[in-house]
Amino acid sequence: MTKSASTMAIQSESTPKIGVYVCHCGLNIAQTVDCDGVAAAMAELPDVVVAKGIGYACSEPGQREIRDDIANLGLNRVVVGSCSPRLHEPTFRQMLTAAGLNPFLLEMANLREQCSWVHMQTPAAATAKAHDLMCMAVARARRLAPLEAPSMPMTQRAMVLGGGVAGIQAALDMADNGYEVVMVEKAPSIGGVMAQLDKTFPTMDCSI
Amino acid sequence: MTDAGRHPRITIHTLSEVTDIKGHVGNFEVKVVKKARYVDEAACTACGECAKVCPVVRPDEFNIGLSSRRAIYSPFPQAVPSAYVLNPQECLGNNPVVCSKCLEACEKKCIDFHMSDQTLDLRVGTIVVATGLTPHDPRPLDEYGYTRYQNVLTSLEFERLVNAGGPTQGRLMRPTDRRTPRSVGFIQCVGSRSAKRGKSYCSNICCMNTVKSTLVLKEHYPDMAVKVFYIDIRAFGKGFEALYTRSRRLGVHYVRGLPGNVEELPDGRLRVAVENTAGGTLEQYELDMLVLATGIEPPAGTQKLQEMLGLQLSSDGFFLEAHPKLQPVDAATRGIFYAGCAEGPKDIRESVTQASAAAVRAIRLMQADRISGEAITSEIDPDLCKSCGKCAEVCPYNAITVDTKQKTPAQVATAACSGCGTCAAECPFGAITMHHFTDPQIGGQIDALLEREPATKILAFACNWCSYAGADYAGVSRLQYPPNVRLIRTMCSGRVDEDFIWQGFRNGAPVILVSGCHIGDCHYIDANHWTVKRIEKVRKKMEKRSIRPERLQLEWISAAEGIRFAEVMARMEALRQSVTAQEIADTVAVLSKKG
Repeated sequence: MTKSASTMAIQSESTPKIGVYVCHCGLNIAQTVDCDGVAAAMAELPDVVVAKGIGYACSEPGQREIRDDIANLGLNRVVVGSCSPRLHEPTFRQMLTAAGLNPFLLEMANLREQCSWVHMQTPAAATAKAHDLMCMAVARARRLAPLEAPSMPMTQRAMVLGGGVAGIQAALDMADNGYEVVMVEKAPSIGGVMAQLDKTFPTMDCSI
Repeated sequence: MTDAGRHPRITIHTLSEVTDIKGHVGNFEVKVVKKARYVDEAACTACGECAKVCPVVRPDEFNIGLSSRRAIYSPFPQAVPSAYVLNPQECLGNNPVVCSKCLEACEKKCIDFHMSDQTLDLRVGTIVVATGLTPHDPRPLDEYGYTRYQNVLTSLEFERLVNAGGPTQGRLMRPTDRRTPRSVGFIQCVGSRSAKRGKSYCSNICCMNTVKSTLVLKEHYPDMAVKVFYIDIRAFGKGFEALYTRSRRLGVHYVRGLPGNVEELPDGRLRVAVENTAGGTLEQYELDMLVLATGIEPPAGTQKLQEMLGLQLSSDGFFLEAHPKLQPVDAATRGIFYAGCAEGPKDIRESVTQASAAAVRAIRLMQADRISGEAITSEIDPDLCKSCGKCAEVCPYNAITVDTKQKTPAQVATAACSGCGTCAAECPFGAITMHHFTDPQIGGQIDALLEREPATKILAFACNWCSYAGADYAGVSRLQYPPNVRLIRTMCSGRVDEDFIWQGFRNGAPVILVSGCHIGDCHYIDANHWTVKRIEKVRKKMEKRSIRPERLQLEWISAAEGIRFAEVMARMEALRQSVTAQEIADTVAVLSKKG
């Protein structure tokens, strides 16, 4: 940890070269937010090397464009304004890794779930908000540092809570694939509600 | 069932419940209490001699009380494990004077009154939550006279009565006179699709279950009059419409409308009054038996398990998936997956599909003996640490060790740290760096957000797991709220440092919101308790500095509460409008002086 922390310190001191991408998400963002206008404003910020609108940042052409910029312009931070990071943060982190950057040098601004979709009636205010969210993301990106995920042991055994039809199926699939499974059932027998049923739709056969 | 019982790699613990879960993906430490069966599971051959001599007669749960069993019994003929079980509350006891007849009857000597509950400590890498459902209980609302009229049954009771292995060997009979009914009515949506009576959601399976039951009846009793009272029939799955059509073709009478009133006639028959909305007529039917198509509800213990595992529930009370479309079987907590009705009402086919999906998602993590852990952890600068012990006190994972007497600097066990950031927020000496959510990173966001026209903006902190997800949910639902809200995401509300709040107000923020998971739902065990304490503390300080404490708000918003998120934002905007320019200027002056 101490060693990686010291390398982090060195890397984070390097001058930020930020690439900023404002995703249109088709029209999901672009019909409410002036994406290209926001991108143009971002280009004026310090440390921003490139800022542009992009049709679908998550698509293969979109990712390729960012990857190429990383290689050609020597970017060391990436800011993507698009959907929620809860959706595509893993996608863009993988893209950074593929481009040779530490995945934690990415910052996302939530321009869809938390901007264009919730302020559809007020495009000017939505654009102002998108502008702020992007400025905040750039400010944060400037201070990002690379991180290394530690490697942890994986216990190759699964627990299934509940011995109904779903629990039984999950247990069998994992066990048939070679994994040990521990099933915990509250009742004195497995089977759950399914065992109580007579015939079951749509096949009209017995449930047990 | 038997496949699972026989499988060399599956260990089944029945009569067992999880009482505690610690750890994380790859290394969950689970405490399971296995209640005593009082019968040796391996030795019992299920010969049944013990039950024959047992004098205690009790209602049989498997047949929902429609038949009886003894105090020592087999749950049902095909039970797995195929061993008898003794209910100690019902048994007359291990006292030869009192009874102990079963002990004498059992040739293999499997019965052991001295067996005690066991506590098992199990270590697993992944967990599949398949805790199922509980059928809606029609008794509290006493709909359609269920508690008063014997010939009104639930769909599960009906199921046992037509089952060849059931209490009547599959011969349907009326509870009042044990005669085969000549007419049977089914009432749909009992406990479903009504916020007033039961749950507002559709239970998904009841329509097709009723269609199936009508076909079973028509097969066995072609002349029986079968009626179905419904709102609409949802036959959306593969092969479902064909079954529904078959049912209609066999003469099942579908009446669109739920009965308004049911009364019992002297001969035990039931008079049903219903407004047929297809024809707009008021109709009355006299039926020998009524079956309530009861809905599906989350089982008891769901909330306890949710708290133990740090999971989220949807507003319906079922487990909430990480993403409804793209991660439909994943929990937001890595290494935990959902299968079956635990996640929402579903039929057998869907449950099985989801279970297979959950199995593969779990295998995807388990296929290597190592996985990458949490990179977002905290780190303590030994030069700045004064060994006060505050960080160790607040850490929900006991990941920090410090010797306050010897004054050795605190240390973080990185593998145990989950990255909530509460320690960094509580450290009075700024000695703790919460990686990826550092003071300069968040401070930079606050400065950028309040750089221009701060008085027009709302600064809101949202935790990643609940409130930020709730904001996303508001977005997915296209709920519109004031556009001047700016969210800063932290992993936990526990990360929101007092200094962030002061910085916001010093920069001219009119109002600040801190939001997180509801108490008890915190993704980091109980880190949000510290959020509460901190906000109270800051508000007191605000009062001392003549800053209106209401300008700092704390709200709990879950991942499923998109509507609540939008409402809170509207409230924050109303609050912001109540803050005058003078107030803001005064606050800025007071806080700037303090430095």
